[in-house]
Amino acid sequence: MSIFDYFRDRKKPTTTASMAKERLQIIVAHERGQRTQPDYLPQLQQEIIDVISKYVKIDREQVHVALENQDDCSILELNITLPERP
Amino acid sequence: MAKIIVVTSGKGGVGKTTTSAAIGTGLALRGFKTVIVDFDVGLRNLDLIMGCERRVVYDFVNLINGDSNLNQTLIKDKRCDKLFILPASQTRDKDALTEDGVERVLNELKETFDYIVCDSPAGIEKGAHLAMYFADEAVVVTNPEVSSVRDSDRMLGLLASKSRHAEKGEKIREHLLLTRYNPARVANGEMLSVTDVEDILSIPLLGVIPESQAVLKASNQGVPVIMDETSDAGQAYSDAVSRLLGEDVPHRFLEAEKKGLLQRLFGGR
Repeated sequence: MSIFDYFRDRKKPTTTASMAKERLQIIVAHERGQRTQPDYLPQLQQEIIDVISKYVKIDREQVHVALENQDDCSILELNITLPERP
Repeated sequence: MAKIIVVTSGKGGVGKTTTSAAIGTGLALRGFKTVIVDFDVGLRNLDLIMGCERRVVYDFVNLINGDSNLNQTLIKDKRCDKLFILPASQTRDKDALTEDGVERVLNELKETFDYIVCDSPAGIEKGAHLAMYFADEAVVVTNPEVSSVRDSDRMLGLLASKSRHAEKGEKIREHLLLTRYNPARVANGEMLSVTDVEDILSIPLLGVIPESQAVLKASNQGVPVIMDETSDAGQAYSDAVSRLLGEDVPHRFLEAEKKGLLQRLFGGR
């Protein structure tokens, strides 16, 4: 740093370090959320879809599987939208 | 009772081996019988950092396979008689380390040592998994940089789920060691600060090692940097060892050196 830097280098409003922190906080929180999810969930979803499609024609997007943890209790939430009756 | 400490990070090149060498040597210098175990099979480097590369005869995999015994395999440090090194094997066989084999060797080491420092390879493959699986404590080495912090968080997740203590429902003691810290860049807003990284990872801070020329100098010579007692990095590692042993030592080297008026006017770094 020399005397000339004092004229150029006024503190910028957002530093690159604060951008780094913000991005990290978001991605780390997201990845921690996925970590608590058991790895059988995608397969479970697929098998549920397979069973249902034996009886009704459904889309993959119409089945939602979510696992929620509340204290020492886990809730498996299944949300299936059946097609409208013809 | 022997304590197993894993030095891990996920990301490569952040200073795991430098840290393993420094902390292991620091513990030995304080009178604890210590062995540093290199888990990086195929990419052995701890021997170079410790300056004993020409004394390697047998290695970790020989020991596991029963080709050699502990006395033949351990390398005794020439500077500190409480310090030993167990070199990794240079074999290309990735499956050379087995869980049974590693457990057997660690149990044997536990009988005679106070501290077993496991130098983990980068990544989350078998070597890294086995290095942390039996650990009682973990030193997570992190650089103040986005990819390193993210990988450290991933390692913390693995430590909490895929280690023996975790499987028994117990918790490993975790420590954050921030390395290659540059206080001047932090002051300029160009680098994540200690508190930024602490906020994100939320584990107790073991120490901050400043970015230092002493580290390269030490590795050039094959001397653990903690033995360079006049260097900033050496002193910072020494403080970290004190904290690991439960002492309450204030953190140093967190502020940039103040420049004199002449230096300010005429530049120069």
